[in-house]
Amino acid sequence: MIQIFAEWWRPFLYSDGMRASGLVVTLWLLAASIALGFCAAVPLACARVSRNRWLSTPVRLYTYVFRGTPLYVQLLLLYTGMYSLEFVRTQSLLEAFFKSGFNCAILAFALNTCAYTTEIFAGAIRGIAHGEVEAARAYGMSTFTMYRRIILPSALRRALPLYSNEVILMLHATTVAFTATVPDILKVARDANSATYQSFESFGIAALLYVAISFALVAAFRRAERRWLAYLRPAGAVRAVRH
Amino acid sequence: MILYGFGPLLWAGAKETLALAVLSLAVSVLLGLAGASAKLSRHAPLRAVATAYTTLIRSVPDLVLMLLLFYSIQIAINNVTDAFGWSQFDIDPFTAGVLTLGFIYGAYFTETFRGAFLAVPRGQLEAGSAYGMSGMRVFGRILFPQMMRFALPGIGNNWQVLVKATALVSIIGLADVVKAAQDAGKSTFNMFFFILIAALIYLAITSASNLVLMALERRYSIGVRHAEL
Repeated sequence: MIQIFAEWWRPFLYSDGMRASGLVVTLWLLAASIALGFCAAVPLACARVSRNRWLSTPVRLYTYVFRGTPLYVQLLLLYTGMYSLEFVRTQSLLEAFFKSGFNCAILAFALNTCAYTTEIFAGAIRGIAHGEVEAARAYGMSTFTMYRRIILPSALRRALPLYSNEVILMLHATTVAFTATVPDILKVARDANSATYQSFESFGIAALLYVAISFALVAAFRRAERRWLAYLRPAGAVRAVRH
Repeated sequence: MILYGFGPLLWAGAKETLALAVLSLAVSVLLGLAGASAKLSRHAPLRAVATAYTTLIRSVPDLVLMLLLFYSIQIAINNVTDAFGWSQFDIDPFTAGVLTLGFIYGAYFTETFRGAFLAVPRGQLEAGSAYGMSGMRVFGRILFPQMMRFALPGIGNNWQVLVKATALVSIIGLADVVKAAQDAGKSTFNMFFFILIAALIYLAITSASNLVLMALERRYSIGVRHAEL
């Protein structure tokens, strides 16, 4: 394993000589899709819990479809499927976008994680104490102000434990990116495997890298929870935690 | 015909996917029960092995594990057959797929079952032994039926994730529904349509399992009073 890592550490970590590869690409895929998914999920979650059927039903349908089908199939649909369509290939803008496996991977990942994140946030919004909403109404807040000042700050915090789970699952899901020719960690491991025939060692290095990222994410989220969920801890425990 | 004559191929692929999912579920439930018992055991080495299993497997992506195990199982078997001077024994991709998926999801089921075992009040198990029931009988009559009540939501979740993970086996060369859709799409130049069909098949499977899980949850929550809000 050390021998393969000594030979392949550069592509595994940041570059295969021509372009970025390995760890850097995996982290970029993760960060881009999580950021896009988060930004879309907040308004979608508000729509999901809305009493207006015209708002909530389309969102519900979207999350149902994207949570009910495998991410790999979604990626295939966007990458191989879209490019096989006549009108995509003839329109230069669409052609340029769907030609790149990287774009398709980020789009598929963002759509997928957004569906899960929407449901997580919607659950957290529904779980808000109704007294808080009544108090906000009594202060004369508009719905928008109430969401901005009261509901979202509380819901996003309480969603943290589930959200951290989703981020780690998303890290694991980025491994299908190599099927769209994106040179992530797994792609490098496959290259190392086909060059050396040392399967256990090549994929073992990839596995260790993923374990390291997972543990780093878990540690980061634990810190975030300690900071933003401090108000949910029993009163005596707060002082005991060092900041 | 609407599927350009690829209907039977897709149907065979869908059956392969379902068979793979169901068999891996069986393997992973067995592993999960064993793992949960090991995690709750009095023997420290057993606990350590089970903890290492769940922590490691759950922090490595399933696709990486699949490739790692899929290639390594064959190499390990080759090493064994070479060492004993036997003839080469090729493991077929289906068995390898079932074993790898079962091994991976066994770790997730271990955690589900561990929580569920702990949720059954100890006093009931003690009462069972006090009535003179054997360990197996306490398990079958008291622990298992009540554990299922707590474990069902987790089992349902894991099953849905497992079904979706079967889509990855086409990468290691199994003729599942995704592979069938890709082949059909390649030969008809209608990739989008056939992958959409594959997606719909998965949606049908997950929707059907949702219904079954709801029915099971009703069955196992007989006798539980829900708070009325």
